[in-house]
This record gives sequence, structure tokens and C-alpha cells, in this order.
Amino acid sequence: MRPFTYERARTPAEAAAAAARNPGAKFIAGGTNLLDLMKLQIEVPSHLIDVNGLGLDRIEATPEGGLRIGALVRNTDLATDERVRRDYGVLSRALLAGATGQLRNKATTAGNLLQRTRCPYFYDTNMACNKRQPGSGCSAIGGITRHHAVIGASEACIATHPSDMAVAMRALDAVVETVRPDGTARQIPMAEFHRLPGETPHIETALERGEFIAAVTLPPPLGGQQFYRKVRDRASYAFALVSVAAVVQRDGTGRVALGGVAHKPWRVEAAEGELTRGAKPAMAAILGGARPTHENAFKLTLAERALASVLADAKG
Amino acid sequence: MESSSHLSLTRRALVAAAAATAGATTPEGADAQPASAGNSSTDAGTPAMTSVSLRVNGELRSLELDTRTTLLDALREHLQLTGSKKGCDHGQCGACTVMVDGRRVYSCLTLAVMHEGDEVTTIEGLGQPETLHPMQAAFVKHDGYQCGYCTPGQICASVAMLEEIKAGVPSHVTADLMASPQLTAEEIRERMSGNICRCGAYSNIVEAITEVAGRQA
Repeated sequence: MRPFTYERARTPAEAAAAAARNPGAKFIAGGTNLLDLMKLQIEVPSHLIDVNGLGLDRIEATPEGGLRIGALVRNTDLATDERVRRDYGVLSRALLAGATGQLRNKATTAGNLLQRTRCPYFYDTNMACNKRQPGSGCSAIGGITRHHAVIGASEACIATHPSDMAVAMRALDAVVETVRPDGTARQIPMAEFHRLPGETPHIETALERGEFIAAVTLPPPLGGQQFYRKVRDRASYAFALVSVAAVVQRDGTGRVALGGVAHKPWRVEAAEGELTRGAKPAMAAILGGARPTHENAFKLTLAERALASVLADAKG
Repeated sequence: MESSSHLSLTRRALVAAAAATAGATTPEGADAQPASAGNSSTDAGTPAMTSVSLRVNGELRSLELDTRTTLLDALREHLQLTGSKKGCDHGQCGACTVMVDGRRVYSCLTLAVMHEGDEVTTIEGLGQPETLHPMQAAFVKHDGYQCGYCTPGQICASVAMLEEIKAGVPSHVTADLMASPQLTAEEIRERMSGNICRCGAYSNIVEAITEVAGRQA
């Protein structure tokens, strides 16, 4: 790990301002991903701003009937909250499908959104990676691509976003609330929060330098049956090959977002009309234009079958 | 006393040597890579020191630490509490599991300086050879280990895990999110998936935990 200086911020505005002052600064909350990357010198912040003392660790009802989840609410606490278990089961399930008890006790809501890809070429500093070293190339392209993106990738990057939580939040149309270094607040819909890689895979979110996540807001409950079906190489503690977050209503309509297939949680609202016709046409529409490699083409079939299993369970 | 401390030093040296060998022969990844890069760290700046006070196993400890010091290294290298083990140092194996304010965490993936005022419980705080914690006794009884390296982490994780079940924290295998989680072998296995046992003592670990859970219920 490279040396760094350290400070504890007391307010979100103070944290954002400290980040704006220090070009090499990073926020640290749970630290479970950042410290891992710092040990490997993939992340080399010269200054850490500890945001754990900001008091953003509450889940509150909103006037609209939804929930406002503080940025520092731990994954365990979010998954356990009675309102989340009752009204946003897909979110609770997604959180519980990710990581381990120890990690969920530390990992925060905002940190989960900001975690970096687990692409092995991003982690191996001997390999070219446009995300780690912009302009250096992508060793994953032409490499071992079983875990990589099948849709929305670019010539510069084929990494996937590793979060389960974010996939459920995309299905729920969550909104990310931020504070900018000048103190102004803004709201970023989940659909726009994560970016596709394009030419600049190192820019992963819509956040500006120093912009600080204060909360994630969930709209009022959707009802219906909620599912998070995650398919992975081990029964526990593994990232998704494919995951399906779904909210299915009694009449068969619903919403679907996918994990493990793209650089961001993948949802195509226009395709959701196909859900009543079954998994095959729905997934064909959701993953229309997919460009898998021969090693990860199985993800298309797997996604369709995972959705079929969800729809079968929804029928009961 | 003298012979037991000699024994523990020998054991540590052996483990350190084994880790170094593993690092030298690993072609890529975590162990092999940072060794040379670490030496150039002064290029990026000089180490920054910070003071931190935390309560470890009920005792207030004040330390002056390099900001880079993980909680695990603070415990092992600065407080000589070597019960918590360094396995992967990347949050993948669970050997470093301790409790912070009653919750299990990976001490290798958190900085000591981030725990000002926190209450840390390590395996040494759970029990001692003459006063074993029930979970320690159950691991002995059921042979819940072979080499023992993962055991302190397994025990800290399992003690905190049973508290999580009591508190109603659901898991990936909990069928009904609105019901109280049940203490089945399937639940225990899922909830303990963050602790790897390279000797494969899992079935005995599940038995040990089940016995303690049954006794608590």
C-alpha cells in the first residue's frame, strides 16, 4: 500500500469539499473493496477521507411512500430492515446473495454502488487494462472471457459490474442522491448512474470529482412477487455469472434487470412488454444486440433459463 | 510458560516461512506482485502516522500507527494478539475475522485508524485455555479443525453469526424473509461461507456450531 494521509469528515459538504481540495483523495466507508485494491496498488489515493462519522446510516420513510436509504447503511442492515424485507424483497434478496456476512456487515450502500469490476485483467497489474491505465489496451479482449460482458461492451472494455444490490435497485428505479463539492444536491436515476464503457471505461459513474453520495431513494413499493435469481460457480460467496432481479405482478407484467452481463445493471424497459409472452421472447428482447464471445455465449441461455425459472415460480 | 511462548514463536516463524515460499512460487496475483512495488512507496510520499485508541478485549489500547496499518496488523504486530490470523489478506478466507462492536468483520480489510473508540473482540477475548468459550470447547469436542489456522476466525465468525440469527438477520437460503431465520445446517453453511477451511473440517464445524446453538436456544 502506498502511504496516504487520513482525515475524518463531519458533514457531507465537508467531505465533498475535502475531496475537491485533494486531487488524490478517495472517500472511505466500509473500505472492503478500496483497501483490497490499495493493497494491490490498483488504487493509490494519497489521502483518505473517512466518511463513517457522517450519520448517514438511517433508513427513513419518504413523504411519497418510499424509503430513503442513507449512504452509510450497511448491507446487512439494509437487507434486514423490516420494510425492505416486506416491500422490497428483491433488494433484500440481492444483498443476501452477495459477498459474506463479514463483508455485508461492513459494506455500505454507496460503496456497493461504487465497487470496481472484478475483471481479472483489471486486477492483474501486469496486464493491459483501459480501466486501470487508460489507453493501455484491454487484455480481456481475446483473453479468457467466461465472466465478461455480453452486451453494451466496447472495443476498450468488456468488464462487468459486480454488484448484486445495484441490479435490484435498477429494477426498483432507485434514485441516487448526491452532494457536489459546491454544496448543491442532485438526484441521479439508477439508469443513468453507471455508465457503459465506451472509449472511457475508467469513468464508471455519472459522479463528478468530489461528488458525494448521501442516500439512495426507493420509490413507493411496487407490490407483486419479487425475485433475485443469481447463478454462480459456487453456492455462496461468488460473483454472478448471470443474475435476474424481477418484480412480477399477478397479471404477468413486471420488470427485469440483469446482473453479470454488462458494465452496468442491464434493464431494457421497452422489452418488458414481452414478459407476459414468456422468458424466451422477453430475454431475446432484453439481450437483443448482444455480442458474446464463444466463452460467454452461455450467458444468453443462462439468463433466459433463469428468467424462465423466476416466471415459473411467480405462477406458483 | 517459557516453553509455550517458544512454541508459539516457532509456529509463527514456520507459518511466515511457508507464506514467503507460497509468495515466491505464485506466478501472479496478490502475494507475488506488491513485494517489489512496495519498496517504491516512498516515491508517492512518506508514511503518515496517526494515533488511535480502541478497546481490545475490554482493555483500552492507544497506538501510534502508520495510516496504512490494518486492524489485523495492529492486533498482531502492535498488540501481540496473534490469535487472529493472516491468511489471504484480501477478505477472501476469513482467518482474520474479529468482532467490532459485536459484529463480525474481516480485520484485514479495515484500517485500524478507522476504529477510534471501537470495541474489538478477538479470539483471545472470547476465551483462554483455562476458560474456553463454549464455541471453542465445541470445536475441540467435535474436532472442528485440523491444522487450526482458520479456527480463530471460524470461532469468532460463528459466535457472531449466532447473534445475527437471534437478531433476525436473514440469509440467502432463508425461505421466508418475513419469518424468523431457522438454525438449520443449510443456514449455518451459508452464513459461514466467508470462512474457508483448507483442511476441509466443515462437517465437524457445522456440528460444533449446531451444538452450541442448540444449547443457547
